[in-house]
Amino acid sequence: MLMLENLNVRQGDFHLSANVDFAVGQVTALIGPSGAGKSTILSVIAGFYQADGRVLWRGEPITDLRPDQRPVSILFQDNNLFPHLTVSQNVGLALRASLRLTSDEQRHVDEMLASVGLLGMETRKPAALSGGQQSRAALARLLLQDRPVILLDEPFAALGPGLKQEMLALVRERALSDNRVVLMVTHDPQDALVAADQIALVDEGKISAPLPTREVLDNPPEMLRRYLGTNQ
Amino acid sequence: MVIALVLVLTLGTLLAVLWRAEGVGGLGRAEWAAVRFTVLQAILSAAASVVLAIPVARALSRRRFPGRSVLITLLGAPFILPVIVAVMGLLAVFGRNGLLNDAIALAGGDRISIYGLGGVVLAHVFFNLPLAVRMILQGWIAIPSERFRLVVSLGASVSTMLERPMLRAVLPGAFMAIFLICLTSFAVALVLGGGPKATTVELAIYQAVRFDFDLGRAALLAAVQFGLSIIAALAAWFITVPEGFGAGLDRVMPRWDGATLWARLCDVVAIAFAAAFLILPLSMVILKGVIGLSDLPVSVLPAIARSVSVAAVSTALTIAAAVLLSMRGGRAVGLASALPLAASSLVVGTGLFVVVQPVFNPAKLALLVTALMNALMALPFALRVIAPAFERVEADYGRLADSIGMTGWARVRIAVLPRIRKPLGFAAGLAAALSMGDLGVIALFATSDQQTLPLLMYQLMGSYRADAASGAALVLLGLSLCAFWIFDRGGRVDADA
Repeated sequence: MLMLENLNVRQGDFHLSANVDFAVGQVTALIGPSGAGKSTILSVIAGFYQADGRVLWRGEPITDLRPDQRPVSILFQDNNLFPHLTVSQNVGLALRASLRLTSDEQRHVDEMLASVGLLGMETRKPAALSGGQQSRAALARLLLQDRPVILLDEPFAALGPGLKQEMLALVRERALSDNRVVLMVTHDPQDALVAADQIALVDEGKISAPLPTREVLDNPPEMLRRYLGTNQ
Repeated sequence: MVIALVLVLTLGTLLAVLWRAEGVGGLGRAEWAAVRFTVLQAILSAAASVVLAIPVARALSRRRFPGRSVLITLLGAPFILPVIVAVMGLLAVFGRNGLLNDAIALAGGDRISIYGLGGVVLAHVFFNLPLAVRMILQGWIAIPSERFRLVVSLGASVSTMLERPMLRAVLPGAFMAIFLICLTSFAVALVLGGGPKATTVELAIYQAVRFDFDLGRAALLAAVQFGLSIIAALAAWFITVPEGFGAGLDRVMPRWDGATLWARLCDVVAIAFAAAFLILPLSMVILKGVIGLSDLPVSVLPAIARSVSVAAVSTALTIAAAVLLSMRGGRAVGLASALPLAASSLVVGTGLFVVVQPVFNPAKLALLVTALMNALMALPFALRVIAPAFERVEADYGRLADSIGMTGWARVRIAVLPRIRKPLGFAAGLAAALSMGDLGVIALFATSDQQTLPLLMYQLMGSYRADAASGAALVLLGLSLCAFWIFDRGGRVDADA
């Protein structure tokens, strides 16, 4: 279980507090208006922001660990592929940041690329890939890190609806087969419907306890109705 | 480490000069005259550059014509042009036996002299008019097309509503930047100035050390020069150029205000003036240089070798320092960007001279010190290009690198260097070209067997070997442009692949 215990973040006038748990084997969508603090929560968990309070994984605090030492991998909004590296090298970074991979590690990279449908594209540069293929490469890197907590910061935002749903389904399938915790920031309730087991609403610097997706969307609370513009 | 070296070389050398001065007297008449001339020529140069640049920038902003992009590229050339070469070109056009005086003589008039205040200002305008045009052109381009449409639809004046406010915002910054550059100008004053009425502080320092060996006077002048530069740098710091006129869609739009015959005429004259002012001297350098190549002395070859070696060492030092400082970021970058601009190379050179001289013959270290000085002087320009590129890479990939534990050399090698190749190549090109053409500290230290190509060229000019000097000027021009091209091109090849 991933626990955010008395977490407090202050950035100027903005204040975020969180006291919430996320169970393994669950995909949780964080939904809320812009500036509510969704991405900040991911940044705190990933170790990019320091915050008061504690982040615990399986009961152990990880708050003082460096980002690369945490059991966390993150998929950034814009895929964050290095344009000067090949697809294979971009994915290989997950195993060795120096890119000096053993033959065994290279085999893992190739297998991962094959599993996300990028077989035969190993030597291409990101610019030679379509948007969907770039997302697959970023996802391959994320999955190859093989860490138990996966953070998705508005994933696949640049993709069309069909491709986006396909990618979310792929994340769900690959991520949950190993009982991981998946947190996904999104603006779109449709994303939650496709990929999330539960929804945690984030509003005015507070994060609510997650509730089942269907329950939240069928009977949206006041904040969500306001956000979706269905408040009449 | 790097920042400590910058501090030692700038402030430390100034203190060394003061310490060794053995009694710094007050400013005498000659020193005051140098201060007055320095400030006066800098004000006139900056004012003339900025005033002349306004119509040129306006014409470039509202006209599309064949060769426009070539002219804009050419506007960047004076920055990497060796000062002594440009002065040679200006002499060929405006000098006593230049094209202009020939034309005046043909018309029955008296020949005019380029030497003195007029010549110094003319040369500074040649170097800085392009800079002023580029700065002001940026201001014009930054006005969104929507603002022009709005003003025209309201029936208001483009000049009153848009251009004057933009110029009010941009001109002070442009003026101060050029004023600062002209304040520390040495080579121009060395060739075109001189004499009690046309001596800059920098030139006076050179004369005090080289001819009189009067360290007290040199120290005093060095302190004065540093003070002047600091005041000007602080003023330039506070006069910032605003971001622009808000967001627009960056559409190419017709300029209704430029459609009149008068406006067209003004623009044609402005563009023709700028093109002629830049191209004529350069063409003369090439023309006379080709003729003078056969008169080059044998000593040109070792001079070339020394210039290339100094430029190579200086470029390596500049880039290493800029990369290390950019990795560190923060105040170090700001400090290293400002201090060398305030400290002229002659001030630093004098400081090193007095430190080294008691224990070592400074002449033996002339080339090494020159390379070090050139690196120091190029550092602010290199940092201005490299540091923002570093910041962009960190902003784009820093979190990813953190999350996968990419640190140290691996981070630099994999994430940073490939992404900053272009600015790195450009900065290296700048550093190499600036060093190749430098005629500053080398003039202070070097003996006759240690000439770099600019110094050899200056000595050929001084001994009235005009053809040989022209040939050397062409070689130096070629070397400087080649050095810039090689590095800049090297940075661009496959940079986006």
